[in-house]
Amino acid sequence: MSLIVKEKSSPTDPRVVLTRGLWHENPVLVQTLGLCSALAVTNAVANSLAMGLATTFVLVASSLMVSTMRRIIPHQIRITTYILIVATFLAIADMVLEAVVPNVHAAMGPYIALIITNCIVLGRQEAFASRQPVGLSFLDALGNGTGFTIALLLMGIPREVLGSGTFLGVRVMPEAFEPWVLMLLPPGGFLMIGLLLLLANWHDLRKLARARPAAPAPATAARTASAPAREPEEALV
Amino acid sequence: MTDLFWIFVSAAVVTNFVLVYFLGLCPVIGVTSRSATGLRLGLATTFVMVLAGLAAWVMNAVVLSRAPFLRIIAFVVAIASIVQIVELFLKKTSPSLYRELGIFLPLIASNSQVLGLTIFQTNRGYTLVQGLLFALGGGFGITAVLALVGGIRERLEFASIPAVARGPALVFIIVAALSLVFMGFAGMGSAS
Repeated sequence: MSLIVKEKSSPTDPRVVLTRGLWHENPVLVQTLGLCSALAVTNAVANSLAMGLATTFVLVASSLMVSTMRRIIPHQIRITTYILIVATFLAIADMVLEAVVPNVHAAMGPYIALIITNCIVLGRQEAFASRQPVGLSFLDALGNGTGFTIALLLMGIPREVLGSGTFLGVRVMPEAFEPWVLMLLPPGGFLMIGLLLLLANWHDLRKLARARPAAPAPATAARTASAPAREPEEALV
Repeated sequence: MTDLFWIFVSAAVVTNFVLVYFLGLCPVIGVTSRSATGLRLGLATTFVMVLAGLAAWVMNAVVLSRAPFLRIIAFVVAIASIVQIVELFLKKTSPSLYRELGIFLPLIASNSQVLGLTIFQTNRGYTLVQGLLFALGGGFGITAVLALVGGIRERLEFASIPAVARGPALVFIIVAALSLVFMGFAGMGSAS
């Protein structure tokens, strides 16, 4: 949404740093960041994967760079510096994709260049890499990049299967299946992210609802647990 | 002449920046809870887009044709500087407008619409006039969508929405419906 990323906590446990981006703080599904590239390319699984991997590469490389240079970068021009660092790695990713998978590169069009305006990339630099040591920043970038890729695949798989009846170009739906062309068109992308967010909301609400009746339970458990502890005292009396 | 007209129309509605190219979704979700703020942000974006289009054209004509791999970096830096200059200029000349736009202006620097515009303009090889009309049309389309979504969200405040659908999820489904509406323009002016 913006570059101001609210950090719930700044954990130093490497395992938490690596895994929180995957699901609990998923950049797309929980923080709704980086939506432009998330919606534009997910009409095929191959494009989603390529976009996810390219973004992960840019994110990891920039985080390593920013974290290494975090004591040298002047505070006033830090955002400009981050943008320049990100743009450099982006140019590398762009050229590599063009050389290795030219047809995917052509299908993704200008959206590769637009990785630079992906809030996730700059957000991680500002919120994490500029403050934490290199190793942790690497794990954080890797976790967030993988989380981004997971979210893209969550959108790309249903869109390709329903929209063209194929998975990675291989036919998976029966011949009689009429492809839902809408899923490939822009409205399908918006609908898909809307439904995913609905699902995430529903999951959260259910967890809340389950937590609420469970809340008094520990209290009663504590009471019953403390009750036998008092008994010996009473027995003493 | 008709060619120029279609560039404007197609940038505004047929290939709308927000609804068809998915550019600048963050402001749509974050800023458009009111129609009026949406309108103002849209106009500010249009202004920056026209300037950025101009700058991109100059850079393409003078330097970048010899070093195409520097395009992304050059465009990003140019856009960031334009936003900075516009901010300083407004602060001096029209403090009231500056206060109104205050929060939005820096946001535009990280807006994919402006960078997207410069890249599309370069890829399609637009001339200066074509590029300007493309920027104006794109800006017009963005402003219309921001105002529309803002208006719908104003009405939604009086509706009782199930707890599951609150927040961005509902906005995306609204935008999906709007995008479906704009699909009706597809095929118009296919010359571009």
